[in-house]
Amino acid sequence: MSRINSFLRQPIVVALVLIVFLLYLGEALSPGFATGGQILRLLIVASLLGIIAAGQNVVILGGREGIDLSVGGVVSLSAIIAGNVMNGADGGILPAVGACLAAGAFFGLLNGLGVTLLRIPPLVMTLGMLGVLQGLLVVIRMGIPSGQAAPALSRFVTQPFAYGIPGIIWLWIMIGIVMALMLNRTVFGHRIYAIGSNEHAAYMAGVPVGIIRIALFVISGMFAAIAGLCLLGYSGTSFANVGEQYMLPSIIAVVFGGTSLAGGKGGYTGTMAGAVLLVILQSILTTINIEESGRQMVFGATLLLLMMFYGRGRAMRA
Amino acid sequence: MAETATVPSYRRAGGIGRVLERYPFLPALVIVVALLFLNGFFSPNSLSFRALTGLLSTYMALILLSIAQTYVVYAGDIDLSAGAILSLVNVAIVVLMERWGGGAGAVLLALAMGLLLGLVCGLVNGLVVAALRLQAIVATFATSIFFTGLALYILPVAGTPAPALFWRAYGGRFFGVPFVFYILAVLAILLAVLSRTRLVTQLLAVGDDPQAAYQTGLPVVATRVKGYVLCGLFSALAAFCITGDTASGDPLVGGKMTLYSVAAVVLGGSALSGGWGTVVGSLLGALTIALVNSVVFFMGTPSEWQNFVQGLAILLVLMAGVLAGRRGRS
Repeated sequence: MSRINSFLRQPIVVALVLIVFLLYLGEALSPGFATGGQILRLLIVASLLGIIAAGQNVVILGGREGIDLSVGGVVSLSAIIAGNVMNGADGGILPAVGACLAAGAFFGLLNGLGVTLLRIPPLVMTLGMLGVLQGLLVVIRMGIPSGQAAPALSRFVTQPFAYGIPGIIWLWIMIGIVMALMLNRTVFGHRIYAIGSNEHAAYMAGVPVGIIRIALFVISGMFAAIAGLCLLGYSGTSFANVGEQYMLPSIIAVVFGGTSLAGGKGGYTGTMAGAVLLVILQSILTTINIEESGRQMVFGATLLLLMMFYGRGRAMRA
Repeated sequence: MAETATVPSYRRAGGIGRVLERYPFLPALVIVVALLFLNGFFSPNSLSFRALTGLLSTYMALILLSIAQTYVVYAGDIDLSAGAILSLVNVAIVVLMERWGGGAGAVLLALAMGLLLGLVCGLVNGLVVAALRLQAIVATFATSIFFTGLALYILPVAGTPAPALFWRAYGGRFFGVPFVFYILAVLAILLAVLSRTRLVTQLLAVGDDPQAAYQTGLPVVATRVKGYVLCGLFSALAAFCITGDTASGDPLVGGKMTLYSVAAVVLGGSALSGGWGTVVGSLLGALTIALVNSVVFFMGTPSEWQNFVQGLAILLVLMAGVLAGRRGRS
């Protein structure tokens, strides 16, 4: 009994059970909600959120109140860079990928340097960086048009790619496998958990704490850049601050996946389930016919309710 | 080594460290004075009494919201719904004032209701974070979505005007002194009284070390809830000021202000990890944001570059605030 109980309490199991429940609920509320094509559409949106959450996930795992508020800005910046570099031509996709990854890595590096060398709390550093990125977006937008997605990129994101499943979902699955291998099977992965659970002990054991923490922010910037690129393919053209709406949801997806905001505990597989859960919830709310105000109230209240299932803090004991 | 660790920090710190420990908001004050000087350098007019009054009445809402944020940060918490509470109270009081006829009685009654609403919102946050033990960042983000929904329900689109009586009073003068200065004076007294209360000491104790505070017999949960209630009340006061400044209701007016309020707290030298900080610092932090925006404008920065330069300047002063604050504590 207790074994079943502890199995059912695992965050990923909680998320999967909730996902199935919400799919049934959605189907009951509006027939056709849980059909194959509809679920694929949900997964496309979930993969955009999930890719951003991958970066958020490693930064949070690394501990010391790790968090990356600048991802929203990097996503927007990457979408606009990609749109201008490819400008509707398939030949421009590769250079665009390179440019976006470089931009994401650059801002991630700045975050990482501020957090490690100057020991600025991640929340403060990335919050300030978000302001810089938002300003940069205004500069870029005034100077040049937002640009167009290449047809091949749009097909990759929205049309079936292999076995009837869009390329972005394959990409997300691949990222999921790579993340799982990296976190569980590589020295780098183990070191992330090490610095996340006890930075001082990790340092004493010879782990290059600073370099790893910088790497985590660089990874976060690069995942946000990939998501921005895919977002451009999804919407065809980038528009103002397209990425901002993903900033805090990416943190919630990580929490719903069972990763503790304190760091050192959790993994990416759960985060993927958390992203799907969040997107299905939002989608159900858009299908039921209520005012925007009611939708937001229900969404906020449901998020709180769901959080009750996950890593609540420990009660004070003397 | 163990011996030096027990020596009180002020004995080890040099002169600057000791001064910083006594007045942790000093770096923020220096930055504010420097920014005022820069403002005067680029546009002498911007230091006129009239211009400063305008600046103050525009940013009074941010000042109050930053102070609101400070009380939860004291306890090591954070409130990402402060801006949403501001929006909610803003639309609620505007709609109530209109419904009740816009007279002096209606205005006062609506303001009382607004304070009550802020208190209830803060109580909800406190219960969710401290009693239910959800993580503050994500839980208050969830409540912010809920509060925004409520604000949209009360007023779906921006635009209902506030009664003339209200915004004329806010922007007006009494006995030749602009109204915002009365607000500032009352605020100073209020903050001075609050800083001497047991609650603020308890909030700082909880933020410094919750376990130790608990073992000393402090009601940790109740204290954190009270911190959020205080935050809700000050967010409501901030809503009054934004209503006076914009003279209308807007269900999304506070959304962008939340992160600025967090930035102002850090600029003021308070530690986000809790247990250390001052409300005066947060007030100066909010003024820093206001003055940075104004300097960037008066420098003649091309309009498309203004946001970028503002963002960069705020990032730099944020970093300076953290570094100076650490120096004061170490």
